[in-house]
Amino acid sequence: MSPLSLNHKYVAFETIVIKEVRRFSRIWLQTLVPPAITIGLYFVIFGNLIGRRVGEMGGFQYMDFIVPGLIMMAVIQNSYSNVVSSFFSHKFQRSVEELLVAPVPNYVILSGFVVGGMARGLAVGAIVTVMSLVFTDLTIQNPLLTVTVILLTAMVFSLAGFINALFANSFDDISIIPTFVLTPLIYLGGVFYSAQLLPPFWQGVSALNPIFYMVNTFRYGILGVSDVNTSWAFLILAAFAVGLYGGCIVLLRRGTGLRS
Amino acid sequence: MEVNPGDFFALLGPNGAGKSTTIGVIATLVKKTAGKVEVYGRDVDTHVFQTKQDLGVVPQEVNFSQFEKVRDIVMTQAGYYGLPRKLAAERAEKYLRKLGLWDKRDVRSRTLSGGMKRRLMIARALVHEPRLLILDEPTAGVDIELRRSMWEFLTDINKAGTTIILTTHYLEEAEHLCRNIAIIDEGEIIENTSMKSLLAQLDSQVFILDVVNELFEVPEDTPEGVMLHKIDSHCLEADVAGSRDLGEIFSYLAGKGIQVTSMRNKTNRLEQLFLAKLRDE
Repeated sequence: MSPLSLNHKYVAFETIVIKEVRRFSRIWLQTLVPPAITIGLYFVIFGNLIGRRVGEMGGFQYMDFIVPGLIMMAVIQNSYSNVVSSFFSHKFQRSVEELLVAPVPNYVILSGFVVGGMARGLAVGAIVTVMSLVFTDLTIQNPLLTVTVILLTAMVFSLAGFINALFANSFDDISIIPTFVLTPLIYLGGVFYSAQLLPPFWQGVSALNPIFYMVNTFRYGILGVSDVNTSWAFLILAAFAVGLYGGCIVLLRRGTGLRS
Repeated sequence: MEVNPGDFFALLGPNGAGKSTTIGVIATLVKKTAGKVEVYGRDVDTHVFQTKQDLGVVPQEVNFSQFEKVRDIVMTQAGYYGLPRKLAAERAEKYLRKLGLWDKRDVRSRTLSGGMKRRLMIARALVHEPRLLILDEPTAGVDIELRRSMWEFLTDINKAGTTIILTTHYLEEAEHLCRNIAIIDEGEIIENTSMKSLLAQLDSQVFILDVVNELFEVPEDTPEGVMLHKIDSHCLEADVAGSRDLGEIFSYLAGKGIQVTSMRNKTNRLEQLFLAKLRDE
């Protein structure tokens, strides 16, 4: 049994979360504004200007169709990048040693950083959602499902960012996965199009992309339409969450990237 | 190697001897390949959280976020140790005041001077009031005045009951502060004893004596174990065997009409021994 009291663990967890939220709030010009501007440009160019010529997609105006995908894109990118950049920066400045010498269980360290990442992902997601109201009337068909899927997605990508940070040895290492893996998966994950437009072969390829399920389930929560079975999507999300969490804990226990 | 509760213990060794690695192993920052570490009788491997609770570590390199404010750094560390915010704020104020950093509490840590950064790391390490404080070269690059005030501070917290282990390159610092000492080289302990008995191993000491009257010639019939050399017309060098009573030497010089106004060690005593020990290895 752990000799640490529940209150001790809670205070440590709260401390990490406050520190993380304070970090991304302090540098809001780098963390909150740029993603909002980028997604705003997507709204203007793809949703408004080009969207008018595209017409309907999946039975909705093109702008309405892409809003859930763009919100999801903002959440995924920012949850991931918050954890990977913050934790790597702790490693780089060696301030991670403050945590490692203190009596803080690994799962508390992980939970603190993951909640910090989720907070930034959801903050940017909220900004993007408010911005989308300028372009469309957003009506959420299934609020519970919408909130659940966005929380789970933010958690999964925060965990993935944590693993990236553990293995990273340089600032290049923290940009490789977002640039070469995450961005292509997001763009090919049905943010801008319905999978029904694709030939059968590429529909099959899309089915291998986990982000495709997340985007479509979120879209189902907002619009009530989806290219995927939402139960199946939740199962995939849960499997990723459990698998990545377990992976993080094993790596922390081994001291990978942290202890020499 | 064993350190007694309440001790002020010096860990000395040349660069690369393994001092920081030893500290890293105790603090669980470095995975050990062999051996056992106990803190207050508890195995570090099996009682990780209890031993961490007892431990405060001041590393050699600055290891706090350069973008955080001074008070936030100390408060955050208190949070990692489970201290409620009110208590954390009180402790942060207490130690920042003691270490002369209270006026800097709201500035970003990157703007602090080198000495202030070191003091901040000490305040951070003490915020949970550990029973054992380990300092890895805490006064490296710190000016003499500040070093003296840090010595005073460390002496005070040691007197108040905190066990202190110190690594340092300033041998004078170890001699001044520590009661017991271990010298390590290439990961091996080559000496582990009290400061007193280590210094007793000195065969002789060399003193510089400033004298009042002009010296024309140096007396030759010196007492056994004492050799005198003239440095200049008002300065003598005295090589004195460890067993000699300094009072006798002063009486002898007075008898020769030589009045001594001041005296100082030519070299740091511990430095002599330290180099001798390393040469022996």
